[in-house]
Amino acid sequence: MTTATTPSATDLFARALRYENRADPYPHYARMLRHPVARMDDGSWLISGYQEIRQLLHDPRSSADRLDPQNKAPKAARSLLLQDPPRHDQLRRVVTQEFIPRIMGMRDHLGELVARLLDAHTGTGPGQLDVVADLAYPLPVTVICELLGVPREDEPLFGSLARRLTRGLDPVDTQTEEELRELDEARGELINYLEGLITQRRTSPGDDLLSGLMFHPDPDQVMDPIQLRVTLGLLLIAGHETTVNLIANGTLALLRNPDVLARLRTDPDLATPLVEEVLRYDPPVQMSGRSALADIDIAGTTIPKGSRIRLMLAAGNRDANRFADPDLFVPDRRDNAHLGFGGGIHYCIGATLARAEAQIALAAIARRLQSPRLVTDPPPYRENAILRGPEHLVVAFERLAPDSAPAA
Amino acid sequence: MTASAAAGLRTGRIVVVGASLAGLRAAEALRDEGFTGELTLIGAEPHAPYDRPPLSKGVLSGRLNCDHIVLPRVRNIDARWLLGTPATGLDVPGRRVELADGRGVAYDRLLIATGTRARPWPVQTGGRLDGVHVLRTREDAERLRGALVAGPSRVLVIGAGFTGGEVTSSCRELGLAVTVTQRSATPLASALGGVIGRAAADWYREAGVDLRPHTTVRTLEGHPSGRLRRAVLSDGTTVDAEVAVVATGALANTEWLAGSGLAADHRGVVSDAGCRALTADGRPVEDVFVAGDVARWPHPRYPGQLMRLDHWDNAVAQAHTAAHNITHGPGEQLVHRPLPAFWSQQFGRYLKSIGVPALADQVVVTQGSLDRRQFVATYGLHGRLVGAVAVDSPRVLDGYAALVEAGAPFPPVLGATDGPAHLDPVDAAFPGRAAGSTPDHALSAPAPTAHR
Repeated sequence: MTTATTPSATDLFARALRYENRADPYPHYARMLRHPVARMDDGSWLISGYQEIRQLLHDPRSSADRLDPQNKAPKAARSLLLQDPPRHDQLRRVVTQEFIPRIMGMRDHLGELVARLLDAHTGTGPGQLDVVADLAYPLPVTVICELLGVPREDEPLFGSLARRLTRGLDPVDTQTEEELRELDEARGELINYLEGLITQRRTSPGDDLLSGLMFHPDPDQVMDPIQLRVTLGLLLIAGHETTVNLIANGTLALLRNPDVLARLRTDPDLATPLVEEVLRYDPPVQMSGRSALADIDIAGTTIPKGSRIRLMLAAGNRDANRFADPDLFVPDRRDNAHLGFGGGIHYCIGATLARAEAQIALAAIARRLQSPRLVTDPPPYRENAILRGPEHLVVAFERLAPDSAPAA
Repeated sequence: MTASAAAGLRTGRIVVVGASLAGLRAAEALRDEGFTGELTLIGAEPHAPYDRPPLSKGVLSGRLNCDHIVLPRVRNIDARWLLGTPATGLDVPGRRVELADGRGVAYDRLLIATGTRARPWPVQTGGRLDGVHVLRTREDAERLRGALVAGPSRVLVIGAGFTGGEVTSSCRELGLAVTVTQRSATPLASALGGVIGRAAADWYREAGVDLRPHTTVRTLEGHPSGRLRRAVLSDGTTVDAEVAVVATGALANTEWLAGSGLAADHRGVVSDAGCRALTADGRPVEDVFVAGDVARWPHPRYPGQLMRLDHWDNAVAQAHTAAHNITHGPGEQLVHRPLPAFWSQQFGRYLKSIGVPALADQVVVTQGSLDRRQFVATYGLHGRLVGAVAVDSPRVLDGYAALVEAGAPFPPVLGATDGPAHLDPVDAAFPGRAAGSTPDHALSAPAPTAHR
């Protein structure tokens, strides 16, 4: 029975998506967790329990096809995020083999990029910094542009396209006609830009990731021109729209927990488990989706074959059956197998890079900002519900010190 | 029972015999559980605890040095280490461990984690010959590595189980000619059955290995100098080889428990489901616990038998269960009931298993296919899923784990996008069983054991 005190799964999902709850959707997730597997009025399933999400992320009966009626792209022209085996595995193999070697040994370079971004604000007196605009955003944009071989002068264009496209990942019924039109425009602009880049590389390949993907020796021949463009679009958005939120959410957690900030300042190694805790406590990717290839018995009920499934990763990360004191930010939490990077065959390819970027950025913030404090708490949030994070994160400080310690 | 024993032990003296993976993780877990007393680790080997899985892979092939396989420490354990001092005896009523150097170490609680060793080749049929190797310790691996880089004209590997397969694979990486003998029809047959075994046989052959199924080694023969010269096989043929690697299973390190009254033999030390050691007449000993490869216990999921798992994952999990039970009172005891899991890397493939495939009567491939690189095979017993094996697709296996835990119907209805249109289970073809029959060891014989 649905009453005012026990909202339905449909209500709870709508509340979690509502912009007014963007700064703190967690109380709504907590209520979802009372029914870790729940059917919504439209026949789709809302999964909030940690074990249940984990199971469905790994389950061979789960398809990555979200059955999204808005997605009219033919299946072959969708990114590997939405592909199933065996095509998914073939695509992922190519991307992994080209991507992973290019991010190895990158920590020193990341340290230099972070140092350069903060150096712009170094001074002797008090000041302010928008951690989103001045650090969390430009860092991953520069990294992904360098990886792909996007010319530096195109970074602003490339970056703004990514921002505009990210909104397109949200459930369609939360978007206005105006937004949908704008999305189509952005998609068109990105396609044009990428086609130009691809044409240029076709005649003069480099040692960048784009050239690697184009000329990868692949017996499966999966990376056709359309798939190449789709994969680039995925790397562009997934490659930094997530990391910006990881760094911003981590900064927010530090500023709300001054004792943790103080610990990180004296113990930079804390950055490693701390970033894992950010990924659990306030993950950049709040939810994911699947569909059922067969009937799935789970948590005492059956998700029928053909159902759409919404996986509330951020809710699962706060499941008290899995994490002790789930609503506490514990920077050195042990046994922290969070859902922040998803799981199963679609586990985030960029996890290593995202971790490194966030660890280095957060350690530098702790090391260099003296007496930092949030100017607005909560900060203003972006519209996006799935890739959720602050729009701005203005931090006032007594001084931004020049760097003394090695960044990595 | 003393008051402290009834309440679980947080102070006093705990002695851990065995300073490898299970012993180290148990010691760490004891501190995590709040044990503040005196902690002693006794190890037969002179080394700090190290990781064994790389020995047959990276160390043999030369990618890893033995200095790089020290086990990472999860936390500071503030322990007294007695390394290179094997335990030689146990006085259960006197609560005392005797050491090879004549010392005795008194305890309030004891954890036995002495593991297993490689089954040696019999002396009468050439076991003492120079060039005959086993692989279990760092020294074994370094010796064998030395023999392999010397460039023998041929290596003989006796046994195509997991260790045998990994050693063979490393030898091929080094470009060495290898002959492998295998008692049953295929490699891996006792752990995974003949269907998956036939796929594994193809890996051997593609790698250029001279695989001899249905064949055992009758005797190893040497030169007058005492160096290995050749092996005489059960079919009467001979194989010239300068190096032989004996990979025919493991024996539990329990000799030091002779006369202790505990139920211990070459198969292991018997405990109850809460890791408490049992006496020979089946009574739990309140202050003696067992964990890791050496433990045999009644796993609640597999009734009617004792299970021993020489798996890396189990060593860690059982160490945690034992540490918890050592430090907690009767109302808070845990039962050790892990879902068995292990992995192996051979011939460029990553193989992972969950559940107990060896219990099965039937097998069916549910994703990929046996002649492709990647596949998942599931195992059923009486229409229930009991295990799954994934080759080069480890990430999907956790999904099957939940199905095995739940005792899902077999064959499983998955609808997997890379699976066959129709699932057609076949006999799992475990050696020594009539087609379609259930395991003959289900009630009495030792439980299926597998590598790590």
